[in-house]
Amino acid sequence: MNLSALDIVSLLPMMILAGGILVMLLLVAVKRNHGLAFASTVIVLLASFIAILFMKQDRPQAPGGLFLFDGFAFYYQALILLSAIVVSIFSYISIQKFFHEKRKEEYYLILLLATLGASMMVSCTHFISFFVSLEILTISLYSLISYYREQSTAIEAGLKYLIMAAVSSSFLLFGMALIYTTTGAMDFRSFAEIALDLNMAPMVMTVAGVGMMIVGIGFKLGLVPFHMWIPDIYQGASSPISAFVATVSKGAMLAILLRFFAMADLYRFDEIMMVITVIAILSMLVGNLLALRQQNIKRMLAYSSIAHFGYLLMAVLAGKAMGIEVATFYITVYILAILIAFGLITLISGSNTEASDIESYKGLIWRKPLTATLFTIALFSLAGIPLTAGFMAKFFLLDTGVGNAQWLLAFTLVVGSVIGLFYYLRVIVMMMKPNEKSVLDGSISSVATFTGILAITILGILIVWLGIYPNWVIHLIRSLQ
Amino acid sequence: MILIWLILILIGSGLLAWLAGRWNDTLPRVICLIATLTQFAIVIALWFNANLDAEGLWLVEYTHTWIPSYGIQIKLALDGLSLLLILLTSFLGVLAILASWKEIKKKVGFFHFNLMFILAGITGVFLSIDLFLFYFSWELMLLPMFFLIGIWGHEDKTYAAIKFFLFTQASGLLMFLSILGLYFIHGNNTGIYTFDYEQLLGTSLSAPMGFLLMLGFFIAFVVKLSTVPFHSWLPDAHTQAPTAGSVILAGLLLKTGAYGLIRFVLPLFPQASHQFALLAMVLGVISILYGAKLAFAQTDLKRLVAYISVSHMGFILVGIYAFTEMAMQGVVMQMVVHGISTGALFIIVGALYDRIQTRDIGQMGGLWTSVPKMGFMALLFVMASLGLPGLGNFVAEMLILFGTFPGHMLLTGIAAIGLVAATVYSLRVMQKVFYGQEHKRRKISDFDFREMMVLGALMTAIIWLGIFPSPVLNLSKTAVQNTIEKVNARPTTVDVSNIQAIENISTSTGDGKKEVPNSLVSKQE
Repeated sequence: MNLSALDIVSLLPMMILAGGILVMLLLVAVKRNHGLAFASTVIVLLASFIAILFMKQDRPQAPGGLFLFDGFAFYYQALILLSAIVVSIFSYISIQKFFHEKRKEEYYLILLLATLGASMMVSCTHFISFFVSLEILTISLYSLISYYREQSTAIEAGLKYLIMAAVSSSFLLFGMALIYTTTGAMDFRSFAEIALDLNMAPMVMTVAGVGMMIVGIGFKLGLVPFHMWIPDIYQGASSPISAFVATVSKGAMLAILLRFFAMADLYRFDEIMMVITVIAILSMLVGNLLALRQQNIKRMLAYSSIAHFGYLLMAVLAGKAMGIEVATFYITVYILAILIAFGLITLISGSNTEASDIESYKGLIWRKPLTATLFTIALFSLAGIPLTAGFMAKFFLLDTGVGNAQWLLAFTLVVGSVIGLFYYLRVIVMMMKPNEKSVLDGSISSVATFTGILAITILGILIVWLGIYPNWVIHLIRSLQ
Repeated sequence: MILIWLILILIGSGLLAWLAGRWNDTLPRVICLIATLTQFAIVIALWFNANLDAEGLWLVEYTHTWIPSYGIQIKLALDGLSLLLILLTSFLGVLAILASWKEIKKKVGFFHFNLMFILAGITGVFLSIDLFLFYFSWELMLLPMFFLIGIWGHEDKTYAAIKFFLFTQASGLLMFLSILGLYFIHGNNTGIYTFDYEQLLGTSLSAPMGFLLMLGFFIAFVVKLSTVPFHSWLPDAHTQAPTAGSVILAGLLLKTGAYGLIRFVLPLFPQASHQFALLAMVLGVISILYGAKLAFAQTDLKRLVAYISVSHMGFILVGIYAFTEMAMQGVVMQMVVHGISTGALFIIVGALYDRIQTRDIGQMGGLWTSVPKMGFMALLFVMASLGLPGLGNFVAEMLILFGTFPGHMLLTGIAAIGLVAATVYSLRVMQKVFYGQEHKRRKISDFDFREMMVLGALMTAIIWLGIFPSPVLNLSKTAVQNTIEKVNARPTTVDVSNIQAIENISTSTGDGKKEVPNSLVSKQE
């Protein structure tokens, strides 16, 4: 396998991440300091992001046939890195508030490792690289989820995730093995070419293999009926890590799903399309219905994420350039909103418990107008109300759905959004209720809080801006293909 | 350009009012009052400069690109109908601010921010002729209304606010699906994907498809219009909302439903509208009678006025689906006068509630002696809403009934019973609240100067419209004729108009697709 200079350059963002991890390891050995570890994490992530900015103009590179570095991969990598930066800001606040033990620095190491795994994953075009990067991401997540080890819920969540992820990985591996048996290929594209000429029996096996892989991917994306772990993990993990699972991990998974579908051209397998349609409809309905009665905001967001990924499948089903474009826009908008939501949960939490109970938001709009307004914007964006980006995203989704004559899916989406509206409104109504005695108020260094508020303010402005004028992101996403 | 300013003024002043509310309680009111008065002045100027006999659909137009890759533009246009409704919007906007001058005491800045955004959304609804922009504005007015009810409302506000929001949002999404359906069908027929109303007008639809798409629009609009059986959000929302909210709900939000039917449903789906007309009229008649009956049974004064609205909106639905110019003119008139008379009633009820802290009719009685001015105003507007000759509502209801009678004698006859019922419930209000035994002695103040000014303006308007309605009718005449022309231009029998319709469609689809005439022919059988 020969690597050209250009191939190596295209690997640069990930090499920066990997190098940064090594430097951090040494740094922790030399001097333990929470602030320092945090600062170097942000610097590494930023450096990697800047490297991507310079990468954009290059031609697509495919080093070793394992990865494909094109505009699509770079866009998702940039998204992952930016989310990771926001997550690390809130991690700093969260660790200061809730984690009173000494070993704070390793957290950032694992976070960087997980980010590396995710950004590798979005550029994969081969089963091997897919599986390796997925495992890097997943194994890092086990420890991140249970990092606050003195809390039993965190340990429980970590263990659950460990078992679930292991099961789903084995499904994924088995699916890959089945496909390899019949086609002898492990990269997405040649699998597609070979699968065209298969006879009946190997064909069944291939379809079964793809089905197994969908089970595995469905687990990771938290789609019905593989969704059971999502609420427990979201609730048990600290808010920044929940945000990380919701944005980075799921976003990367969505990217690989889109790429797998497009490159392997799975659209010609009617059975698979059927299965995905059923999964999408179930996810929209079940996610929204279960979210209705939640008293815990993190659980509510977890169930709503199930529904949102159900919506996203509609774009995946639509396929081709249009579907990929819409799915990418939707996930971008979703990431913005979910980062705000989890960031705010971290920000307004007291020093012992996270403000995950819906009651802690009572009268927030009168106590902290700015924070509450931003939260409202995020929730409205998730609900798809005009003037927020969520509305535009939902419009594009419905547009592809109706354009592809997926009336049933479009109709389910409408029903789902109406149900969804109810529980988002519940939180907003709670924030509007008369101001009672201040329930919780965080108290940590004001610089960190200020940075956190600044970060979500920027995200909030982005949401409103995209809600009024989405053109530039659409152009950006279109130019990727 | 002037049209976009009508919206921007409101949005800008809303934001400014929110900021100003941090320092001062009066400043937001003044800012918003100036903004709405400016809007009112601009609209009056537009009215005087309007050349009503001009060619073309629109008096003023404004186009700006928005999301070109999806064929979405910011396209605003004004014709007689929308001019009239914008006039009503700014008029009631001014009054809503004045009416809540003393009522709203907490979070004044945020209140006015919401108020201005509702007005901006409503203005947007009346002006947009890009269907995406229309839906955008349609949704935009819900959210601040939700806050208005949910924060400043009365005892059951949360329930009412959520109910209102869910009803309108759900029906709105159905409409959005219909809009998308229309967008794609037009795109597939012509290759041009656009949300532009004028271009979508000629879209040829197969009969079942047209009917389904029409239904999506229809449901959204009748939910807003609060036609039975979609009315149940209205009594709650009206009752719980603060006065300004009720005035805008009754005066303007309900009208957006009627406007949508006239502007979009009839011209876009003429054939489906004709198929559906009878059912729609029956629903209208049921609303008239059911609303009147429930109004009579209410003990909550505000709820009573809300049911009066349901009843009056029934007349609008009947008039729209009569497809005659006279009935349609009556509908336009009814939209205006209902806005004025019901708005006034809500202001009076709100003022009364402020003074005696109850809306229960059983707690009132014999109030005339202590508040004669209020009593007089109430008498006037109650008379207006029961359709007393000389006041605006009489003109409107007579036009609707006359216009409907030739085609639908039985339905018109039943609808006319609503007028009798109106007399009953209206007189009951006067009797129970202002006459009769004094329930208990209260020391309450009569209307002050500000309140007399507000109601005086409304009084002038309603009397003027009753005696001299022709300015309104002239203004809306061309727009109404256009709509009636479009809806009646459907191919029913093989005659000249049919061939013309086919020609129109073939020219509008460019290459004159073969299946278009076929589908039309098959429908004639």
